[in-house]
This record gives sequence, structure tokens and C-alpha cells, in this order.
Amino acid sequence: MSIFLNENTKVIVQGMTGSEGTKHTRRMLASGTKIVGGVTPGKGGQVVEIDGHNLPVFNTVAEAMSATGANASVVFVPPKFAKAAVIDAIDAAMPLVVVITEGIPVHDSASFYAYSLTKGTTQIVGPNCPGLISPGKSNIGIIPSDITGAGPIGLVSKSGTLTYQMMYELRDIGFSTAVGIGGDPVIGTTHIDCLKAFQDDPDTQAIVMIGEIGGDAEERAAAFIAEYVTKPVVGYVAGFTAPEGKTMGHAGAIVSGSSGTAQGKKDALEAAGVKVGQTPSETARLMRAILGR
Amino acid sequence: MDLFEYQARDLFEKHGVPVLAAAIATTADEAEAAATKIGGKVVVKAQVKVGGRGKAGGVKLAENPSDAREKAGAILGMDIKGHVVRTVMIAAAAPIEAEYYLAILLDRSNRTFLVMASVSGGMDIEEVAHTAPEKLAKIPVSAVDGISLSKASEIIKAANFPADVADQVAHVLVKLWEVFQSEDATLVEVNPLVKTKDGKIIALDGKVTLDDNADFRQPDHEALIDQAAENPLEAAAKEKGLNYVKLDGEVGIIGNGAGLVMSTLDVVAYAGEKHGGVRPANFLDIGGGASAQVMADGLSIILGDKDVKSVFVNVFGGITACDAVATGIVQALELLGPKATKPIVVRLDGNNVVEGRAILNKAAHPLVQQLDTMDGAADRAAELAAK
Repeated sequence: MSIFLNENTKVIVQGMTGSEGTKHTRRMLASGTKIVGGVTPGKGGQVVEIDGHNLPVFNTVAEAMSATGANASVVFVPPKFAKAAVIDAIDAAMPLVVVITEGIPVHDSASFYAYSLTKGTTQIVGPNCPGLISPGKSNIGIIPSDITGAGPIGLVSKSGTLTYQMMYELRDIGFSTAVGIGGDPVIGTTHIDCLKAFQDDPDTQAIVMIGEIGGDAEERAAAFIAEYVTKPVVGYVAGFTAPEGKTMGHAGAIVSGSSGTAQGKKDALEAAGVKVGQTPSETARLMRAILGR
Repeated sequence: MDLFEYQARDLFEKHGVPVLAAAIATTADEAEAAATKIGGKVVVKAQVKVGGRGKAGGVKLAENPSDAREKAGAILGMDIKGHVVRTVMIAAAAPIEAEYYLAILLDRSNRTFLVMASVSGGMDIEEVAHTAPEKLAKIPVSAVDGISLSKASEIIKAANFPADVADQVAHVLVKLWEVFQSEDATLVEVNPLVKTKDGKIIALDGKVTLDDNADFRQPDHEALIDQAAENPLEAAAKEKGLNYVKLDGEVGIIGNGAGLVMSTLDVVAYAGEKHGGVRPANFLDIGGGASAQVMADGLSIILGDKDVKSVFVNVFGGITACDAVATGIVQALELLGPKATKPIVVRLDGNNVVEGRAILNKAAHPLVQQLDTMDGAADRAAELAAK
């Protein structure tokens, strides 16, 4: 098992004909993902050949879904057009939409997130995220597929490279699913959504949760863990040295006054019984101790 | 980006939010001229992006233009919580009868927009939220629906505004929504929103935060950047398209991915505790690409920081494999030539790490040393900075 995706997930790539879209379509195909087509408005009817796969291009997500049976979409569309792309996917009732694009105005992401709630048929992951991977089964997004294989750990993280780092630290054990939820202020899938799914996934034995400064998602996740999660959780929070009022790379990574600090998040997680590492490697050691490996 | 009060006022005026006549001045002469033009009593207000300027003596009432000149002279150059006053706003003085609070903001926790409204304006709203939460109405606003006049009226009613101003305030709220939405703001705050003695509603002081991600469709926003306050290194980095934040330590940091770089800063700070308390000198995320040019740009910014004693390059090879990153470092050092003068500790891991490390070993640059782990490399970089 895995969460949100599996070996049967059929994926379309929105923005497949762009340079990023083509590059990552090739990578996803190489890691075994079932890519069934792409969507680029105005380029419907074309067929793109990528490494021996002939992939049809459609004008809309609805057309792509009815022709291919796709049940997930990954968005590589530039910020300017991202909102329209996601709205198109929501209108088609696409079950899973993974938005990789970085730099989407928050009015746009707040708007498509709110719209997805009114429809109630689409789960959005991201934006500004690396996507998600169930090693050996499917890989939607840009997470390198060769870091590690399948295993009992579930991982949820705001950060892409810290996701890779943690998968690398624990590469001999492996992961059920790793989800990069993204570093923007408004994201479609939260730590809590992933914690719940991992708790309910029989193949996940323990969970790594990686957070960073800004907002209160980690504090809310801590409260959820205390209430719902019985599997062991280890945590890591980045940004202890971040100054107040400065955006640290991710649009959402900012300490405002006394809120959103790394210390506050660590304290909240520890109060919920989560062991929090001071560094990524210490966090990995805590996970090893739990799994006895 | 946070705006100055006068910039917020100008945006309000542009979108039809009622404001008072005002002008800015950077000298006492200009202040006098502005006061003459406005006429009558004026308020001289320090323009700083920090709260508590009133208490610090940065807001003064002036009886006439020559008084405005004197007050501006005293306020210009003041240091308010580390912010030097370079500009004052001269605004018409209004006879105030009541002070309210009105704000629209992004509510990250609930992933929606939020209106906060209170009839107890004029003071620190966090104080009101804390001591008398019942006096602060918080009403979610859908990003899809926005604020129509009927929604605004509903909100104003829920916040218990007096009947005689409710209509006017609702109209102001609709205009503020226009500011919020059409300017891509994440915060639009009016505190105080006043009722004057003749019953008018006026936005007396405002705070606006704009979303930098929307710059591509907000060409006017570039002019709002406070060039004078930008750290020169940050400005240089921005010019190169680099994600850089200057900090106050000694270990220069380059990494890929915002999370990993934040983590690197922390690990260096911990390591520094054993080495005389050295700290990270900056945040620099070179992103997924990490080409030789980007690496060279990053290294040259960091080596141009006189506070930097050592550099830690921490890269996890993902999309861009370690061999490409290593080649980037080697080429960057060639590009920089004699300008590269500080020890550089490199930790590479991930995709093609063996090849990457081999490239750096082969180049054998005298300034570069490699360590296998993030913790070990952070320790070495801190040690080198402490020397």
C-alpha cells in the first residue's frame, strides 16, 4: 500500500510540451510512472514521443481524462497560467492534482484551493512542491526516484531537498510514500492530511514529519498527532536561525513577530510525544532507534 | 513586501478609499512647503516600517507650516527601533470622534482570506485580540466570492459598528477588498479608521503587504521598493536572481532548496557553539538548477561579504546531479580567479555523488575541502571561520 498514489495511478502532465514538463515527463516515465498523456491548451491532437512512449496531447483535462482514464494530474505550467490549469483540472473532477510550479501568486492559489472545496472532488498537492513518490510504484513530480526503494516509513515535508536528504539518510530502510506538500502559504494537502493517510495505511509503520518556519501547520499537526496518530512519529523543523520578518526562500517561510518560529513548532511537536531531531541526521537516527535498524 | 504608510495611503486613494490630503518630505524645507499647500494644522509622521513610532516621538501635530518644518527637522534622521527616518508624511489633521479597526488578510491557518473588524481601533490590535477578543470580529472571506456590498454590510453588522456609520464603513470595506485583490496584497490594514467630527469615515493610517510572487502582473510595484533600505549584498543578489538573505555571522552558506539551506544555517549555528559562537553569514538558495554561472554568482556575492570567514557549500544532488554541481564549483572558482580568497568546505550527497567528489578531488583547488556529511562539513566550516 501507499498513500494518494499507487502502481495503477494514470497520470497526465499539464504543461508536458514545455521544457520543464518534457524533462520531468521523461524522468517520471523512467521511474515507472504510468504517464498517459498531456494537456496544453491549443496543442490538442498532437502526439509527443518521449523515450518510445507516444503521448497524446489534449486541450483540456476533461478531454484527457475521458480519452485516457487518467486519475491524477501533475502541473508544470508557469505561474502566470497555473491558476487556469488547476481550475481546468478541478472542473474535470480530476481526483489528484499535483502542482509543482513555484511562484504562483497567493491570490491564485487561495482561489483555486477555495474552488476545489466548493467542488469537493479534487485533492490538490502543492503548489511549490516536489510532488510525491511511492518508490517502485509511482512517482508524480520531481523527486529523484533512485534515492531509495519501498519500505515502511512514511514521510511528509514542506521542503523538497530535505525530503531527498531524509530519504537518503534512511535509504537502506525505504519508504511507503514520501509527500512534499510545498512551502507556499496556501497549500492543498497539509501535514495533517498526510499524517491521517499514513496512520490509516497498513504498510506504513512509522512517520517522519519535516516542517519549517512560518504559519502554524506544524502546531496543528502536533495537536492532530496527539489526538489521532498511534504510529511513531519523528520530526524535524528547519529555520531556528531565521531572523524575524525575512522570507527564507519559500514564500511561506517567514517568522512574523513571535509566531511561526522553529522553537514554537518543536515545542508543540514534543508536547505531542514526537521525538524531534536537532539535525536531519539526528532525526534519521531517531527513526532508526524506533524501527530497531 | 511591506509598504510605507504613505505608499499604502496612495494605493487607498487610487482605489477610492477615503484618505486625507497628504504629501511626503525628505527635508524640513519640503515639509514646510507641503504643510503650506495642505493648509491649517497638519500631522508630521515618520515613515518607518515598524510599529510604535508614536510612542517613540515619530508623530507630531504641527500648528502651522513653520511648526511643521521644525517638527519634521526633529523627526527626520531619528532612529526608531533601528529604522532611520528618511521620509516624513505631512497629512491634514482631522478632528476625530471615534477610532475603528479594519483589515483584510490572508489567514494561512484556515487557507482563506479573513476580515478583522473592531470598533476599538487606534491601539495595538494584538492587544485588543488578547485582552478583549469579543471586541474583534473575525470573519472568513472566500477567495472565490470576495467582498460584495452585502457581504461587507454583514461583516460590519457582526462587528457591531454604530448604525450611523455602518453604511459608510461597508463601502470602505468593499474598496479595501478592491485594494487587496487588485494589488495582490496579503494584508490591508486600516488602524485607525476614523469617524471625524463631521461624520466622515477616513482611513487615517494604513499598512499594506504585497505578494512578491505577483510581481509579474504588477509592474507598478517595482517602484515601491525601498532601495535605500536594501542591504547592498541583497540588492546585488536580487539583480542576479538569487535567493539571498544577509545574516550577521561569519560562515557563508550556499545550498540548494530552501528547506535544506535553512537546515544548513541551523546545523552551522549548532556547530559554531563549539567554535567561539560563529554563526551563518547568509541564506543563499541556488535552487534546483545550480549551473556553473549560478554557482559563480552565488560564490562571488558571498566572497564579497567582508564578514565571511569561510564558506560552506551544501548540496544534495537531485534533479541536478552532484557531478554537474562539482563542475559548477570548479568553473566558478576559475571565473573568480584571485577573487576567491576564503576556504570553501563542500559537502555533496545524492545523485552521482561519487563522480562529483572525484571532479573536485581532481581539480584539487587549494581553497576547497570536501567532507562526507552535512554535520561534519558544518563543523569544519565553523572551525575555519573561528580561526
